[in-house]
Amino acid sequence: MISFEELKRSFLVSLWFVFLTFPIMVIKANPIEKTIIWRWENMFYVAIGSFVLSILIRVVNQQKTRRLARRTALDPDATPNEPLIQIILRNPNYLYPLAGALTLFALVFPYLFDTYQTNIMTTALMYVVLGLGLNIVVGMAGLLDLGFVAFYAVGAYSYALLNAHFGIGFWMALPIGALLAASFGIMLGFPVLRLRGDYLAIVTLGFGEIIRLVLENWNDFSQGPSGISNIPRPGLFGIELSLESAILYIYYIMVALVIITIFVVNRLQDSRLGRAWIALREDEIACQAMGIDKTKTKLTAFALGATWAGMMGVIFAAKTTFINPASFTFLESAIILSIVVLGGMGSILGVIVGALVLILLPEYLRALSDYRMLAFGAILVIMMVFRPQGIISTVRRTYKFKKQDAGNTQ
Amino acid sequence: MEYFIELLFSGLTRGAIYALIALGYTMVYGIIGLINFAHGEIYMIGAFTAFIVSTVLSILGFPLLAIIVLAGLAAAVWSSAYGYTVEKLAYKPLRHAPRLSPLISAIGMSIFLQNYVLLAQTSDFQPFPELIPEFDFMEPYIQYLGSSDMVILVVTTVMMIGLTVLIKFTRIGKAMRATSQDRKMAMLVGINVDRVISATFIVGSALAAVGGLLIASHIGQINFFIGFIAGIKAFTAAVLGGIGSIPGAVLGGVILGLTESFATGYVSSDYEDVFAFSLLVLILIFKPSGLLGKAEIQKV
Repeated sequence: MISFEELKRSFLVSLWFVFLTFPIMVIKANPIEKTIIWRWENMFYVAIGSFVLSILIRVVNQQKTRRLARRTALDPDATPNEPLIQIILRNPNYLYPLAGALTLFALVFPYLFDTYQTNIMTTALMYVVLGLGLNIVVGMAGLLDLGFVAFYAVGAYSYALLNAHFGIGFWMALPIGALLAASFGIMLGFPVLRLRGDYLAIVTLGFGEIIRLVLENWNDFSQGPSGISNIPRPGLFGIELSLESAILYIYYIMVALVIITIFVVNRLQDSRLGRAWIALREDEIACQAMGIDKTKTKLTAFALGATWAGMMGVIFAAKTTFINPASFTFLESAIILSIVVLGGMGSILGVIVGALVLILLPEYLRALSDYRMLAFGAILVIMMVFRPQGIISTVRRTYKFKKQDAGNTQ
Repeated sequence: MEYFIELLFSGLTRGAIYALIALGYTMVYGIIGLINFAHGEIYMIGAFTAFIVSTVLSILGFPLLAIIVLAGLAAAVWSSAYGYTVEKLAYKPLRHAPRLSPLISAIGMSIFLQNYVLLAQTSDFQPFPELIPEFDFMEPYIQYLGSSDMVILVVTTVMMIGLTVLIKFTRIGKAMRATSQDRKMAMLVGINVDRVISATFIVGSALAAVGGLLIASHIGQINFFIGFIAGIKAFTAAVLGGIGSIPGAVLGGVILGLTESFATGYVSSDYEDVFAFSLLVLILIFKPSGLLGKAEIQKV
């Protein structure tokens, strides 16, 4: 099943990787103590590892082509089956019970697992909302935003600062944070209206960095790198909550927010505005020619995306009770963007799955300790290579023309 | 005035390094339209390879000149090898994928490479051996321009001239220009596009490696995270000059370097990066496709 030729190729691949990783994996030089450590065993691992992987990929590819060949031999006209998930999504008879079951599971989750798991789940749900927010900007309106974390920071700092200076509580801060973030979204939106694609990406990245750097350096305003501590957790009619019940409380707030977000985003997608965003994503000029106000459409996308980020920022500040600029780096933006793209751009269910995978995965990869981020990076690459359209891709609504019906009506 | 000249030269040195890295971004972008987020990591790997080779050689007692040449060569060779492999593994399978997928793959690669170096080497800052000696003839000007600054400026200029010759006058350069103009058409006239893309990654990575070696020996220390900031700055420089344009990358790098240098010198060193990004935003507002970029006419 593996020919000699392929074995030879895999051998060459493994030789290449031995060469590639030689200086970094094998040699460890210490310039201060003037010692060199040669780690030849690493070379051996690289050689064996890359050889085995290369053979494995070859076997998988072979089987894939064979299966494809067999299928086309049996029935040349067969179209690939519609994936199960799309069938469920389109049919309310399946979709509603499934959504109900998931909601029920989310509600009883804290009673099935311990506080630690609940805490992680809360974080994952926060990223679900962040992902859905960014999905409006990137997935629907097609504006590549690499500085989304800036709005998240605006939300977090607005709660922390308003609370520290004016004693404003969580429930007041939530809409204020959202509004402030939305206005920052519009502020960013105005100058970048003329930019396209990757120019937009770098300006948003710059904007994100500017916000973070200002927070880091403007000590009088934000207390600089040391951050703001002692942010109160959300209140419940003035009842003093223990730490555990506070975690539980935030968890339920997040579940409620996720449900609201899904509802709103879903309604938005099919609204006039949502269709305008999709038109903008597909073709800016054609969209304008159809009489859609480009400026308004873009600005609402930025503002609405930012609103969710601002709200999540407030929740983040309340959950961790401590914030500093280090939580709002570019990596954070990259992770949120990865959630959207990995899950499937524009697909609401995809983004939810993407967030759960990307946030829970590193948590459960903790067993790998030091290798956690290494594995995370590798998984991002591998997922993209094997499923470039994302885990659950959007299906555009199409009307099918049925031949028989056409015959009957004549 | 002396202060001004000092800042001018330090800005030029900085800008030269940004330009070297920015060239890699702009070349790759020009050909396959991809923001190669792992490019900063290639630069970091170049610096690390140079660090390892030069440390080993200096412990073994090689003469300084041999160390410089061998470290530079090793950095360029291994960086190119990494650039080539990253392209084959993470970008080539995604050539017909949706536009954002290669970007995520690039971000993944960048996280992977950072942690790879972190685990295989160390997370601490490593002192980089001082490769460039103080030249005697530079003595009178030392307050404006250190020897290593001068070496950086000279080497960068030579590399730029070399790159221009490569692109303008060689066969592969011609193929690169053709591919960046129209990939499909280039294929039709018999250009092996895959090979051109590989060559672009190799050349860009080698330039970044030289940049890594120079800046590491100038600053005197490295760690696994240096690629990130350098990558973002260089990308900013590339966009500033108009991404896809090679003179644009150089101009963008120099302008960015000078802005940072003067801003830190005359205003405040805390807001160095803020100035860099604000400048970028300002320029893009008035010239949305960068200083030397061509404004593309969009058609439906």
